[in-house]
Amino acid sequence: MMGFIWFWLVAVMIVVYVVLDGFDLGVGALHLFLVRNETERKAALASIGPVWDGNEVWLLAGGGTLYFAFPLMYASAFSGFYLPLMIVLWLLVLRGVSLELRNHIDVGVWRALLDGVFGLASALLAIFFGAALANVMRGVPLQADGYFFLPLWTNWQPGAHPGILDWYTVIGGLVALVALTLHGALWLTIKTGGELEQRARKIAAPLFLVLVGLTVVSLVATIAVRPASLDNYFNHPVTFIVPVGVVASLVGIWFWNRKAQALKAFLASCFYLFFMLAGACWGVYPVLLPATTGAANDITLTRALSGPHTLAVGLVWWSFGMALAVCYVVFVYSRFKGKADEQAGGH
Amino acid sequence: MSAELIHRLHFAFTVTFHYLFPQLTMGLGLLIVVLKTMALRTGSEEWDRASRFWGRIFAINFVFGVVTGIPMEFEFGTNWARFSRLSGGVIGQPLAMEGVFSFFLESAFLGLFLYGEKRISRTMHWFSAVMVWLGSWISGFFIIVTDAWMQHPVSYNRLPDGHFEVLSFWQLLLNPWGLLQYAHNMTGAVVTGSFVMAAVGAFYLLEGRRMEYGRIFLKVGVVAGVIASIVIIFPTGDLHGRYMARYQPAAIAAMEGLFHTEIGAPIVLMGQPNEETGQIDNPLVVNDVLSFLIYGTTKAAIKGLDQFPHDQRPTALPLLYYAYHIMAGLGTWFVLLMIVAAFLLWRGQLYTARWALWALLLSFPLPYIANTAGWMTAELGRQPWLIYGLMRTSEGFSSTVSASNGLFTLLGFMGLYALLALLFTVLVYREINNGPEAEAIKETGAREKGARA
Repeated sequence: MMGFIWFWLVAVMIVVYVVLDGFDLGVGALHLFLVRNETERKAALASIGPVWDGNEVWLLAGGGTLYFAFPLMYASAFSGFYLPLMIVLWLLVLRGVSLELRNHIDVGVWRALLDGVFGLASALLAIFFGAALANVMRGVPLQADGYFFLPLWTNWQPGAHPGILDWYTVIGGLVALVALTLHGALWLTIKTGGELEQRARKIAAPLFLVLVGLTVVSLVATIAVRPASLDNYFNHPVTFIVPVGVVASLVGIWFWNRKAQALKAFLASCFYLFFMLAGACWGVYPVLLPATTGAANDITLTRALSGPHTLAVGLVWWSFGMALAVCYVVFVYSRFKGKADEQAGGH
Repeated sequence: MSAELIHRLHFAFTVTFHYLFPQLTMGLGLLIVVLKTMALRTGSEEWDRASRFWGRIFAINFVFGVVTGIPMEFEFGTNWARFSRLSGGVIGQPLAMEGVFSFFLESAFLGLFLYGEKRISRTMHWFSAVMVWLGSWISGFFIIVTDAWMQHPVSYNRLPDGHFEVLSFWQLLLNPWGLLQYAHNMTGAVVTGSFVMAAVGAFYLLEGRRMEYGRIFLKVGVVAGVIASIVIIFPTGDLHGRYMARYQPAAIAAMEGLFHTEIGAPIVLMGQPNEETGQIDNPLVVNDVLSFLIYGTTKAAIKGLDQFPHDQRPTALPLLYYAYHIMAGLGTWFVLLMIVAAFLLWRGQLYTARWALWALLLSFPLPYIANTAGWMTAELGRQPWLIYGLMRTSEGFSSTVSASNGLFTLLGFMGLYALLALLFTVLVYREINNGPEAEAIKETGAREKGARA
């Protein structure tokens, strides 16, 4: 029971992270191509300025929760994905610094450099996060002792001894990149005005079409790489609501974006991310990290779970703390609602 | 180089660099609350601008603290997987609590403090400054709790498979080691904050511009500085040292360079420990003082390193000894300097005493060194243990991550952080050079633009 609860609590934190940090990653990846001048760029960046840091906290809080609820999973995955995680860390460092510090510098060349770093780091992070999820879906070469180590790439084939990157995980990375870029574009339609808003709305259309294609490809590829991911669905047919939800939210994005109902389109995109991630989690449940070296080596929920006392105590403070956190988030977003004020560049 | 050494250096390097930023934000957080409170009480624009100016310095430090802090939480898993796997049930809790209770608070209210001043009331803006300060101190608390459990494990149960589980949540949070270390450490952060503020004030006065702000910064910096410099030695440092002497006697012996057990142990003020001869070279010592400091009597016996088997002595003895002596020596300087400065301030002579202003200006890097040396003392003193008495450092690092991969990413961090250090210096210098009134110009500009639009 505790395992079930904590699995979904961690999953929810990851979903919230992707939904929230997703739009600022998307804005980062997109702004290089979308904005035409410094005013527009400021407006785009001001739309994420007050919130990106708080959004990133969900990654930290989620990671911390994973750490104490499933120490084996945390230890195994973090050391096994050592190289890509370190690259992710470097990208997070570069991204945070370049976004925050461009406002302190008024030399055009340096600004352009920081913007470039910010955009590139954002895009690469989206790709890495997608590839990370795909790695979990595909499985990793776990040893009997619960550890593994993955090179960045081997022969680009998902098999018993894959690398971080193979054709399947690259698809995962592309899905994430396109989905988050679209997510960011829809965010900009809410938070900016004028030509920038129009352009964001316009670019959402081709992004949407690519996303639909990639979504289908990724679903088929997942079933091909790991047929067992369908088991839960066939055992509990009611959960086919999840793929239905994916389709419905895609339709919602298309419909509301065309009607220029920005908030609704953005929310549909949130639901799309939610259903995709929930579907992936349900596809592996109750395994946390599947092994390509045989199911006996899978890191399962029960195997990774912390002691009962830890989890019981954790549930108390976690609920309390998250209730507080949700209040802060709602409060901050309500203070900064409406179109972003490009003059309020901060600092 | 062994994998163990690489993983230790990896963590040591990244955490040392990281802590340069939070020690300022935690100290400055408190001082900004002081500035904001004065602004609210006096209604003076000068105090408001002063707090906005330090808010901008805070923001730069905060960003660097955040981006260099994220790797810390990851490294428990990436570089110390075997340790994390066994201890996650205990120390994973305070680490997760830091995220849940502190980071959300801090990031939410910092956004409001920096970007929202025109969108909220004055009292609300003051309140957001308080919450930012609180958030940073809560964050520090959970990190200290985590470290305290590794230094002085309490309230745990070891399951048959080797995992640790926490017995009492409150005992984990209220670990006496943690409370003492927290008091000592947060005072250290205030020392850094106040020295930096006083140094910027001294800089402005020596330059002969922005005198009004220079005086505000000096006043707040010196008053906070004199209190913090005293409190960091007595009672916090004193109590922490005594507690350590009880539970980590080997660390105390190594810190003090005490090779042999002595009744009426001397304190070594200076000298170089010689591990081969078991002596201090070129010693400058005061007899009986160490016994007195720890036990309150000059006749007490203090255990020397000879009382401990080789495999239970701190592994990097000279470094530990130097780290401790640097911390204590600088701490003494802080008290002397700040008492003199406070005296001059009280007599109304500080603003014109150029020699004192120079001393304050040049002393700003020293608290960074002292805080770093203090942490090196704590963590090197814990060796050879990862969890004191329970798990050795050699049993904790990730066995699947080779020395070569570890070195690769360590070098990566070194390069990246060198870049950050450069950027940071330029940005902060620029902020200080532009001064508190710079943003007033920007603001009027913005307001005019807004009026036109």
